[in-house]
Amino acid sequence: MTHAVDRWLYPTDQGLYCAPGGFYIDPHRPVDRAIITHGHGDHARSGHGAVLATAETVEIMKVRYGADCAGSFQSLAVGDALTLNGVGVSLAPAGHILGSAQIILDHGGHRAIVSGDYKRASDPTCTSFEVVACDVFVTEATFGLPVFRHEIAADEIKKLLASLVTEPTRTHLVGAYGLGKCQRVIKLLREAGYDQPIYLHGAMVALTELYQRLGVDLGDVRPVAGNDAKDMTGGIVLCPPSALGDRWSRRFGDPVNVFASGWMRIRGRARQRGVELPLVISDHADWPELIKTIVATGAEDIWVTHGREDALVYHLASLGRKARALALIGRDEEAE
Amino acid sequence: METFATLLDGLATTQSRNRKVALLGRYFRATSDPDRGWALAALTDGLPVRVPLRRMLADLMLRVIDPVLYKMSRDYVGDTAETVALLWPDTAAPRATGDTTTLDAVVAAMSIGTIAERTEALRTFLDALNPSGRWALLKLIGGAPRVGVSARLARTALAESYGRDVGEIEEIWHALDAPYEALFRWLDGVADRPDPGLRPTFRPVMLAHPIEDDDWPKLSATDFAAEWKWDGIRVQIAARGGEVRMFSRQGDDISAAFPEIRSAFMSQHCVADGELLVVHGGNTIAPFNDLQQRLNRKTVTAKMLRDYPAHVRLYDLLFEGEEDLRALPFSVRRQRLEAWHAHNHPPLTDLSDLVAFETFDALSALWSQARDDGIEGLMLKRRDSAYQAGRVKGQWFKWKRAALTLDCVLMYAQRGSGKRSSFYSDYTFGVWRTKSDGGPDAGDELVPVGKAYSGFTDDELRQLDKWVRTNTTESFGPVRAVTPGLVFEVAFDAVQRSARHKSGVAMRFPRIHRIRWDKPAAEADRLETILSLITPVSQPVA
Repeated sequence: MTHAVDRWLYPTDQGLYCAPGGFYIDPHRPVDRAIITHGHGDHARSGHGAVLATAETVEIMKVRYGADCAGSFQSLAVGDALTLNGVGVSLAPAGHILGSAQIILDHGGHRAIVSGDYKRASDPTCTSFEVVACDVFVTEATFGLPVFRHEIAADEIKKLLASLVTEPTRTHLVGAYGLGKCQRVIKLLREAGYDQPIYLHGAMVALTELYQRLGVDLGDVRPVAGNDAKDMTGGIVLCPPSALGDRWSRRFGDPVNVFASGWMRIRGRARQRGVELPLVISDHADWPELIKTIVATGAEDIWVTHGREDALVYHLASLGRKARALALIGRDEEAE
Repeated sequence: METFATLLDGLATTQSRNRKVALLGRYFRATSDPDRGWALAALTDGLPVRVPLRRMLADLMLRVIDPVLYKMSRDYVGDTAETVALLWPDTAAPRATGDTTTLDAVVAAMSIGTIAERTEALRTFLDALNPSGRWALLKLIGGAPRVGVSARLARTALAESYGRDVGEIEEIWHALDAPYEALFRWLDGVADRPDPGLRPTFRPVMLAHPIEDDDWPKLSATDFAAEWKWDGIRVQIAARGGEVRMFSRQGDDISAAFPEIRSAFMSQHCVADGELLVVHGGNTIAPFNDLQQRLNRKTVTAKMLRDYPAHVRLYDLLFEGEEDLRALPFSVRRQRLEAWHAHNHPPLTDLSDLVAFETFDALSALWSQARDDGIEGLMLKRRDSAYQAGRVKGQWFKWKRAALTLDCVLMYAQRGSGKRSSFYSDYTFGVWRTKSDGGPDAGDELVPVGKAYSGFTDDELRQLDKWVRTNTTESFGPVRAVTPGLVFEVAFDAVQRSARHKSGVAMRFPRIHRIRWDKPAAEADRLETILSLITPVSQPVA
């Protein structure tokens, strides 16, 4: 069984390749035909010939890399199916960010699913993960250690709102990954009743506008540029994590450095980065979610890609599952 | 436990001293006895709880997780307490009942019973807490939470939040025991200040101002006594009824590591002020490095006692028997000190001699010749000065000997912390030497000799930050390597040999004296120049 799938789906220098279909999934180098799970930079790259992805992922790629970043685009809706050179291709929601999808491949009577990145916790900015039975499940392992158990995101947002009350004279600078996390944090703030304008670092403006165009209501968001930093005192500014404590942040005087990431579960990570208010909010599955999901797919074979795959492979073996690490290069696990 | 966890977390993530003080103050005021006292103990002298925590946790973790996964997790997290806190299975209990685990209950349960019983009690506490509560629990029992708060800062916060002077707390601190209920009753205003009784306690020390150029015209030579300023650490020795304590300037009890000094004062009844030194053969002051081998230790080995013998050079007497001498003028206290010392003569002590002088010019001549190891400069003490806590204006001055300077080349810059976190503000610099691995024409290489983060203005910091960013060759986390193109004139007090540094030397108190934007890096100083400045290890003094 394993060998059957092995023969038509395997890693190459360009990325994971489906031989009979003649396409790659999330290749990290330009290829003729690519299927993309979601819009993050380590999965969606520019320069491919033909790209197949959800309509949202196609829009995200165009915003990030320009309208002509691929030779041609084809969008496929979640739930629809098509056949490429005899390989059945369909998509299921991955719950990671807007437009993220698992790629379901059917060939020779076997089914493999490439999940890309995924999470099981609820997220008001994207469709929830759907469990689909399969023979081979390709999983991420960003948080593949049992120490990673994410908090409930809405509870973490309450900490941010509480800090606005106790530190009313300081701007709250929230470091968040610019695609997905940023918009989720904004949406969670709105759901928690925060109705003040939320300010955005320049790198986040275009993707946030795209989310709004695609129907995610994020309320009053404004770019930092062109506004007086004094007006943001006591308010919330979102920026890429790298901008925390960088020159750009000096305009805010003495801000509260906040970081929304699954890594914030580890105190040392927060301290290293000088984060004053760590928020454990992640768009990746935590350890219990990884195990639960993998088991639920019923897959006999589990291929583990980027992250702390050692612990996950070890643990799945102790559960009686065949698991192995799949060496895919070019994945950026820190960007969370 | 959750409020204590919030406090520890807040302290660990806040860089600002004032914010730490505010966090501590809010906690002490909002928390009841005895929990606030146990928290105070955890942040200062430690809880009176001794358990083999490591062994107990190893035992408990075997029951809840596969040992391989535990080891992988521990290796990743890097801290046992945090790993256990994160791995321990969540139960419904914390959400259902809220925070019902008191620090007092933990201290009580960890103080009695067999190891097996205490392990069982620990398991019950872990079950009842959420992850941050579990982390705080283990930090509480484990001692030394490492949240960037010194014992002194904790006491200062306590004093400030109750509108008291920290000296009032320090004077009685060492006569108090956790959980400090008598102390809190006094701070709450419902009881008198606790009486230290017969136990030796710390008295806030009197400090000196650095003397400035414009101070001299206002001073008259006849009003002042002078002493050498010794290169050791300031200590206060309190002895009473066979109990002896030696305190640092901050009021921390450091006597455990100096049993020979405790023995020397065993039969005394006094509070004396002096300089702790390592002295060989009774009269040769060892470099500060030797003294450092003895500091920050809980215990001391026979070999260390032999290799680094401690000695106290006395310069003031605060109490003789029950008599408080602090209100007396310095000159009178000095006579009392001399008479007391002549009569009692505790072993391992001598007096810091007064330096005779007629005029400041004559004193200046002595000062400029002072290059002996062990001498940092001169102290000027007003003859009529009472012994007062803190840095009292115009009473005592320190006149450090002129700094040495060298031209060094900036090699690495590191991000600062707190308000400086967006600036590359900590600088490692080096000097040239002939390449160590090459032949006769090997050329030169830079070797680091020190690190400094002070001595420049905010404007200069901005310029330096910009220079670092535009001349970066490599980044390693918060550190950037730069091209060898910027020269600092670095001032420092002395150079010592050091096996820990690649260059073989270590500077004392290096700071940026001037930024030499104009000077080509190739013209900076060489290692041989620094080596020539090393003061010989042992030199007779006085």
